[in-house]
Order: sequence, then C-alpha cells, then structure tokens
Amino acid sequence: MRPGGWILREDEGALEPKMIEIQGLKKSFGQKVVLDGVDLTVPRGKNTVVIGGSGTGKSVLIKCIVGLLRANAGEVLIDGEDVTKMNERELVRVRRKFGMLFQGSALFDSMNVGENVAFALRRLHLYPELQVRDVVEEKLAMVGLRDIQHLMPAELSGGMKKRVGLARAIAAEPEILLYDEPTTGLDPIMADVINELVISLRESLGVTSISITHDMASAYKIADHIAMLYKGMIVEVGTPEEIRNTRNAVVSQFIEGRAEGPITAEHEDFIRFVHRSGETGMQGGR
Amino acid sequence: MIEDLGNIFLLLLQCVTWLFRPPSEIRNIVKQMEEVGINSMPVVMVTATFTGMVLALQSWSGFQRFQATSFVGSVVALSITRELGPVFAGLIVSGRVGASMAAELGTMKVTEQIDALVTLATNPVKYLVVPRVVASTLVLPVLVIFADLVGILGGYFVSVYLLGANPYVYTEKTYQYLQSWDIYTGLIKAAVFGFLIALISCYNGFIAEGGAEGVGRATTRAVVASSMSVLVSDYFMTSLMF
Repeated sequence: MRPGGWILREDEGALEPKMIEIQGLKKSFGQKVVLDGVDLTVPRGKNTVVIGGSGTGKSVLIKCIVGLLRANAGEVLIDGEDVTKMNERELVRVRRKFGMLFQGSALFDSMNVGENVAFALRRLHLYPELQVRDVVEEKLAMVGLRDIQHLMPAELSGGMKKRVGLARAIAAEPEILLYDEPTTGLDPIMADVINELVISLRESLGVTSISITHDMASAYKIADHIAMLYKGMIVEVGTPEEIRNTRNAVVSQFIEGRAEGPITAEHEDFIRFVHRSGETGMQGGR
Repeated sequence: MIEDLGNIFLLLLQCVTWLFRPPSEIRNIVKQMEEVGINSMPVVMVTATFTGMVLALQSWSGFQRFQATSFVGSVVALSITRELGPVFAGLIVSGRVGASMAAELGTMKVTEQIDALVTLATNPVKYLVVPRVVASTLVLPVLVIFADLVGILGGYFVSVYLLGANPYVYTEKTYQYLQSWDIYTGLIKAAVFGFLIALISCYNGFIAEGGAEGVGRATTRAVVASSMSVLVSDYFMTSLMF
C-alpha cells in the first residue's frame, strides 16, 4: 500500500481475480498535477464506481485506463498487461477489450443510429454484413430501444442518446465497460433507467465496469465498490455500505453534499485547466 | 507557431504510416473527394470565369497602349494556367473546405467523438485525416483543369465579343505560347495546395478545445493558415519551376 492510496482488502483480491490494477498513476498537464499517485484495483465482473468532485481528475483517470491519455508515471495493468508502456499497435489490441460510454454520448452525428451501433462491428469485420443488422437490433434491444436505426443522433433525446451510446459500447462485446458520468444531465427517472441498464449489463454480460460519477444515488445503486478520488489520489475504497458509514471527513462531506468541510472550492480551477489542456486529439497514432 | 509546425509534421508522418495499413479507407476517400471536388466545383468555376474575364479586360487596356492587343490571349492563357487558376482555386478551397474540415473535426474533438473513435478500435488519423488529405490532394488538380478551361473561355468571351478581338487570332495566340509545362506546373501547385489545406485544417480541428468558441477559433485559424500556406508555397514552387 502506498501512502495516501488504498487498495481493496487482500482477501477480496484473492477471491476475485483482478481485471484492472492501477499503481502509482500520475498525470499532470503542464504544471498542474491532476493525478498524483492513484492506486486502485478493479475486480473482475464487478462494478467499481469512482466518485469525486467535478474537475478532480475522474475523467483523466478513465482516459488513462483506456490509453486515450498517456500517464506520466505509474502502471495500469489490464489483465496483467501494462497499457502505459504500450505502443499504438498494442493499444489498439487492448482497447478491443473496452467499451466506453461518454458523458455526452459522443455519437457520430454524421451517421444514423444503426451505423453508430454497427461502427466497431464493421471496422473490425466481426460479422458478415448481412448479420450486422441483426446484431445491431439485438444490441439496441438490450438497452430497450427498437426501430430507431434510421434516426440521426440530433433527433434523439438525451436519455436515448445515452442508451444508443451504450449499445454502441457493448456492440463489439467488450470485457470492460467504462462509464463517464452515465447519469449526468438526465432527469431522475431516465437516470434510474440507465442505472438499471448498467446493473443488468453487468449481470447479463458479466462485464467488469468502472463508472465515474458525482451522482451519489447512482453510485449507491450500481456499485459493488466505491472509490473516492480527492486531490489526485484514491482516499477511500469500500462497499457502498462502508462508504455510507465512513469516518473519513472528506468522503462524508462529499457523499452528504455539504459545502462546509475539508473540501473547498479550490478544485474549480482544475476544471478550467483540464478543459484548456485537452491533449487527446493527437493520441491516435503516437 | 514552431510547435504547430512540428505537430503538423508529426501528423503528416502518422498519415503516411496509416495510409498503407489495412483496412483501406477507399469509401471514405471517395466521399471526401465528392465533398471537396463536386461541392467546390460551382464556386471555383464562377471565380475562374470572372478571373479570366477581368484579366482580358485589364490586359487589353494595358496592351492597347502599345498596340499589342493581339497578345491578350497569350497573357490570359499563361496567367490562368500558371498562376491564377491554381491560386484562386486554392484560396477558395481554403475557405470552403478548410473551414468545413476544421469545424467538423473540431466539433468531433470537443464532443469526444474522436475519443469515441479510438475506443471503437479506429485510429482517428487514419479514419479522418488520411481520407481528407488524399482526397484533397487528388481533387484540387481536377478542379484546376476545369478552372483553367473556363478561365480561358471567359477571357475569350470578353475579348472576342466585347472588345472585338479577331477570334481566329485570339485562339491562335492562346495556343502559340502555351506549353504543356505551363499547365503541369499549375496542376502540381494545385496538388500541393490541396495537400496543405487538408493537413493544416485537420490539424487545427484536432487541437480544438473548449466548446463552440474553441471550434470557431480552430476554424478561423484553419482558414487563415491554409490561405497563407497557399500563397507562400506558391511563391516557392514558382521560383523552383520557373
């Protein structure tokens, strides 16, 4: 165990082979340190939720895991393989294990719903073209949508976009699903629909998932484990029950949503900073 | 600025490496050729026609002073093919296509669609940049062939029907001094312009950040930088192929 970082208890790690293991992960943008030695173990087949305030680096963490951002130091082991040291070709292979649901869904707006969901299937030639249509229909049905293949993303509501984004993420049958704020910006009922989907996908597909959120209702509902990210480190990990009864002042302030406490508004300049120094665009072929 | 040049060069290297790796992006390239070529055709035609026409008027007014109006046809043909056809087409494509590429890729960047591509096992440089650069490099010379043609016709029209030039002499003079090399230099320039415009515009789209405002800034930068690159590279190519 590293100072300031927590990992899941040993016995749990032994029972559940770990899928993702993050050790001492550091990432800074210029002078600004966003991740300062994150340690986190994600057990196979479980849903781990990372909570933390806006701009504390949750998105950066998830992007380091999938190799969209390059970490400055530390390791991210996926099934024992370290993605931080991979070249682009190896990364492409490892990324096939991942599906990711983006905060704004990130549907390709030049394509209709069917083409969006079929995108990875066609790029990877996973099915003969005649079968793609059926697979798309099946994946859309899994997220509770039907007969919308011909619609363009601009014609969909926020909740539908999320669900189409989810169908696209699971289309190539990933082993790991990453959810970037799955319920943000949705009404409470639609947010719960998404929560139910996250749970049912874990159960039906047996995928390992990491969600990042600041929506505690969602976190309690979907999580097997909750980890709190604060000041670039994981300050506590536990089951939802353990987190609810935490003695850590930082965690209890966050989950209860109090303005007074050890967490001050200082992290707001992180937000502005991270937005300004996005560096993901050129990642593709580095 | 220096950093940008370095990054553009790196982007170019990535383009070259991804160009030859499967799967092929033929369908994407064709789609982009349509976007760059067919959709720019009308505005390039109009520009070239009026350029040829005004060139005929201006050189007529100049050449008349030393009784050399019979050479207007030669001047129009040489100026259009060597210089004005490719440069005007380049500038128009910079504005039209450069802006749309930067805006499209910039929007994809700020809405995380480019990240989404990566997570869907697709390299964004291969999927987005390579087809645009290839299409634009191949299509600009074609646009310029048409621009040359209608530019010369525009000059002919003004000289013969408005200024009363002898159509036989005018045609004769157009052919007499025009060599195929004049046309080729124009087409080589056009290909280089197409390449630069697409590369610079895609780069600016890729580095966009900060929502709608950022996309706006990226688009402006793309248009300014690609227009400049057209004019600057034009001088150096002209001096090389003089």
